[in-house]
Amino acid sequence: MSYTSDEMMTVTAARVLTDGMTCFVGIGLPSEAANLARATHAPGLVLIYESGTIGAKPTALPLSIGDGILAETADCVVGVPEIFNYWLQPGRIDVGFLGAAQLDRFGNINTTVIGADYADPAVRLPGAGGAPEIAAACREVIVIIRQSLRTFVERVDFVTSVGFGTGPGTRDELGLTGAGPRRVITDLGVLEPDPGTLELTLTGVFPGVSVAAAQDRTGWDLKVSADLAQIAAPTQAELTALRRLRATMPAGPEPAARVPAQPGAPAQPGAGSVPAALPPSEGAA
Amino acid sequence: MAEIVSLAEAIAATVHDGDTVAMEGFTHLIPHAAGHEVIRQRRRGLTLIRMTPDVIYDQLIGAGCAGKLVFSWAGNPGVGSLHRFRDAVENGWPVPLEIEEHSHAGMANRYVAGASGLPFAILRGYRGTSLATQTSGVAEIVCPFTGERLTAVSALRPDVTVIHAQQADRHGNVQFWGITGVQKEAVLAAARSVVTVEEVVGEFTPRPGAVVLPAWTVGFVAVVPGGAHPSYAQGYSSRDNDFYVAWDAISRDRAHFAAWLDQHVYRLTATGEPR
Repeated sequence: MSYTSDEMMTVTAARVLTDGMTCFVGIGLPSEAANLARATHAPGLVLIYESGTIGAKPTALPLSIGDGILAETADCVVGVPEIFNYWLQPGRIDVGFLGAAQLDRFGNINTTVIGADYADPAVRLPGAGGAPEIAAACREVIVIIRQSLRTFVERVDFVTSVGFGTGPGTRDELGLTGAGPRRVITDLGVLEPDPGTLELTLTGVFPGVSVAAAQDRTGWDLKVSADLAQIAAPTQAELTALRRLRATMPAGPEPAARVPAQPGAPAQPGAGSVPAALPPSEGAA
Repeated sequence: MAEIVSLAEAIAATVHDGDTVAMEGFTHLIPHAAGHEVIRQRRRGLTLIRMTPDVIYDQLIGAGCAGKLVFSWAGNPGVGSLHRFRDAVENGWPVPLEIEEHSHAGMANRYVAGASGLPFAILRGYRGTSLATQTSGVAEIVCPFTGERLTAVSALRPDVTVIHAQQADRHGNVQFWGITGVQKEAVLAAARSVVTVEEVVGEFTPRPGAVVLPAWTVGFVAVVPGGAHPSYAQGYSSRDNDFYVAWDAISRDRAHFAAWLDQHVYRLTATGEPR
């Protein structure tokens, strides 16, 4: 069964989610992945959208983080100050998904501006949404991003959300309580922080992807794990479940900038929004 | 005590040139009709506050109403960029737009501080980000009890907050439910307020999670059925996702945008009749 790179990314993200986890979800690919996991191996996954819907159980994929179906199916709905202060900030949420327009070797994320001058940017992106606090406080973060020399940069132009800062020790110094970006899922494979240096390292590749291809699309000298995994293609069951879900999506935006191929094609808020790319935030709206 | 008036009267009485105005509604219950009335009354030099300045503020910015935007996520949700916002930031069209940018958690807490009558709020946030160095109203603060370094964000105190709700009663009490966002805090933080509603009912039916704003916390109520469109009012309407998608093409081009504004805002009255 043939599949797209979006489907490979979504399935890879879904496999990471386990039953009973609490998950802060943005629209687009993260929402698809979380709902795929809930429809298959993790029926008890708790979906939390930054619009304040906790335990949402949508029967159709939402198009915004504030679709009515999320509120109607939630265990409870809380206001926006509460979702950030009572639920996210204390570390109650296991995993948060973030997108990025730029990502650096230490997993720092830019969804604000492209260009060195904040006051006169080459490209104005949507901004932070909920991402900085998701990056700070979720027990762990999964970043979903298409890999290219424009997105995988030596240094981000603007640190919207902190990954590992400048390396070991940064998160503790800053008082960031979560473990940071433990996984980056791209259209080529998966990166994880090196246990010692915290530098993002290629730990798995998708079928048909070479290490050289991943290195060619990385703006720094990409290290490769000694235990490089060959990630399995989506199974027929995974693809069937995912396509069934996607068929529930009302006519509308092909989740737009699901994962923008390049900066300048921001997608969604929030969680932030998933900011520029897969914002979790509307941001709402 | 809330006065029930027309939308045009409510906006004329509350929103003046140069005011700081918050229009809130998190995806749900966005007060679009009131935004159009502000455009129609040709207010200028507004400081606009909103967590997610989506299509509603793209319209106000493109119409030249705003001199400054205070926000945390500026995009068309699920669709892409806000082209009028970007044109104003990148090219100063139709007028330059100053920006003050925060995170969602920061903005939400700034409203909480405003509603609480406090000068600032405290959160774990911004630390290590570039936002902390580029934005006013963010400062490090040390906990007097533990010594922990935290972040203070300055209170938001809008001159006017505008929201949309499902219902008012004839006394001007307001009830809204579903995704309730930050509207309660935004109204309580503001000096003046306008609430557009789907309808006036004799008596409220209690609903899980509903927010009730007593009449004495609200300035003006205007009955505007469908006043959130293309956003929605749970129980009354659905989000018009097609419009959000269509907005991308409408807003991409200055002339196309101007023609849309003329046809859908300037040539209509606040109640939607041709004028």
